[in-house]
Amino acid sequence: MSVFCFGLSHQTAAVEVRERFAIPEAALPEALARLKTIPGLGEGLIVSTCNRTEFYVTGDFRDSPAPAFFERFYRDFRPGDGTHLFRLWATQCVRHLFRVASGLESMVVGETEIFGQVKRAYELATGAQMTGKLLNRLFQKSFQVGKQVRSTTAITRGSVSVGSVAVDLAKQIFGDLDGCKIMILGAGDTSEKTARAFRSHGAEQIFVSNRSFERAQALATITGGRAIRFEDWEQEFRDLDILVSSTAAPHAIITLNKLAPFLRTRRHRPLFMIDLAMPRDIDPAVHKLDGVYLYDLDSLQSMAERTLEVRKQEAETCHRLIEHHVQDFQLWIERTQPPNFPSIAVELPGA
Amino acid sequence: MHLDFLSSLIFASDRTWVWLALYGFSLASAYSAYSLITGKFMAPRLTFGLISAGFISQTLFLVDRGHQIGRCPITNFFELLVFLGWSMILIYLLIGSSYRLSLLGVITAPFVSALDIWALLVPDHSLQTAHQLVNPWLEAHTSFSIVACGAFALAGVAGLMYLFQERQLKTRKPGSIFFRLPPITTLTIANSRLLWLGFILFTVGLGSGFFIGQEVDWRKVAWSILIWALYGGILAGRLLHTMGAKWIATLSIIAFSLLLSVFWGIRFISDSPTVR
Repeated sequence: MSVFCFGLSHQTAAVEVRERFAIPEAALPEALARLKTIPGLGEGLIVSTCNRTEFYVTGDFRDSPAPAFFERFYRDFRPGDGTHLFRLWATQCVRHLFRVASGLESMVVGETEIFGQVKRAYELATGAQMTGKLLNRLFQKSFQVGKQVRSTTAITRGSVSVGSVAVDLAKQIFGDLDGCKIMILGAGDTSEKTARAFRSHGAEQIFVSNRSFERAQALATITGGRAIRFEDWEQEFRDLDILVSSTAAPHAIITLNKLAPFLRTRRHRPLFMIDLAMPRDIDPAVHKLDGVYLYDLDSLQSMAERTLEVRKQEAETCHRLIEHHVQDFQLWIERTQPPNFPSIAVELPGA
Repeated sequence: MHLDFLSSLIFASDRTWVWLALYGFSLASAYSAYSLITGKFMAPRLTFGLISAGFISQTLFLVDRGHQIGRCPITNFFELLVFLGWSMILIYLLIGSSYRLSLLGVITAPFVSALDIWALLVPDHSLQTAHQLVNPWLEAHTSFSIVACGAFALAGVAGLMYLFQERQLKTRKPGSIFFRLPPITTLTIANSRLLWLGFILFTVGLGSGFFIGQEVDWRKVAWSILIWALYGGILAGRLLHTMGAKWIATLSIIAFSLLLSVFWGIRFISDSPTVR
């Protein structure tokens, strides 16, 4: 008996495959009940997100390769699916879980959402009485490791998408975003992502303007904002704090000459301008004006890339920290398990 | 048990309190600098605790010294410098937590450390043992003016942080420190409030100076009015929106540098350098 992880993730399978194996949270209680029926299973837990579906189980699964395990669980298992699956056990499994909980195995290294997802999966399994001494200890340890990695390293620091970099910058200009007035010019995909990022960080006053008023209304509905006609956007400009521009205009729609009269009426309040358009909507010269901060797609992208680079460098520190906890866990197993209980440190042949 | 008796039992002199304060501020400065430069995890409570410990030591020195001389301990340059540092930390502890500006301590702590080192290097730190008649107007004038200096110093610190943050935003390549310092809007508000606080205290200090009833040193008065007018001008610019935040931050630093130079200069040009 040992601890095993059977699964697939964004590293082994494309989204078309992952979505067939994904288990929505609402279906997890039923899935856990089905997992319980697998012969030889001691404890069991399912972590299922858009990027991974993993079964953490204890029992005698030495002779059970991943495809065989999945075939027993999924009714629509296809012959070619086996190539996307992996099986980890003992130390490998422990290390893997610690890395998952720390965000090191995530598509965006260092993202923190996975921590909550693992925690939720554990709560559901505990609620279904599917966990025992080994998985309880393993998952509680993984939460401790995840917290430590997040708080003592720079792995989660900074943002790695254009939208979240823009939000971070806005927060460093205005502090809280709930009192900020934000205008989204253009209702394309990039605008939508950025508007959503602002909304999720507490922005309440979002105005959307687009040449197609219907499209502006649609985006305004999604982001909880207000649509205004494209002819009227300049009237709202005076009170703005943040402008996100992403129109399809062939030339700059905001120039130095156009902006200067507005600035005089703003009483030196800072203005954060985000130009996501290609070709650019805002004349780069406005960045020279006092209190005006203009960031275009390239500058935001390069900030996101720098953060990713830092996170990659930090991964080595995280790895050392995790190894320390993996050894700790092995020691706990050796101390607490009965003599006939095979040590988790002993990896099976063919690992 | 009297504090001076306790102090004499433990320490060779009351200056030891200042040394202890210096250790607290220096440790806070070193820890903050290390955290900011390396980007490692920073425990704000540790910085806050070290600064608070330093503040308590400074307070004990001032209480001890005040008890010994029977008046506000601002009778020589050594005491003036300690009192100035104490005022800065007092305002930092009051304002820092209110406006989520705990990182103001990152610059405040080294600045006060420097003031304490300066104070400890002053050769004349002896006690003004001869008990003289206490002039309450003189005491009010000096203490209000020094606490005002503390507020102006913190306004300068907030201004310095604003300029750093603003520069980072303009380069479009902000480093990790940028994201750990307060937002520029918060710094603008803090800068403005500290300027107002300092200006009000300075006005009270200046006003009470006219009631001292002793011979007036017109050089001191002229410099004081100049400093008062300068800060008044900055605040007028802020109030009337004729100056942007960047200008106000820059002028806060210039004005405090001038104030510090005058503080130092008066020591040499005045016939009666100490407050007696």
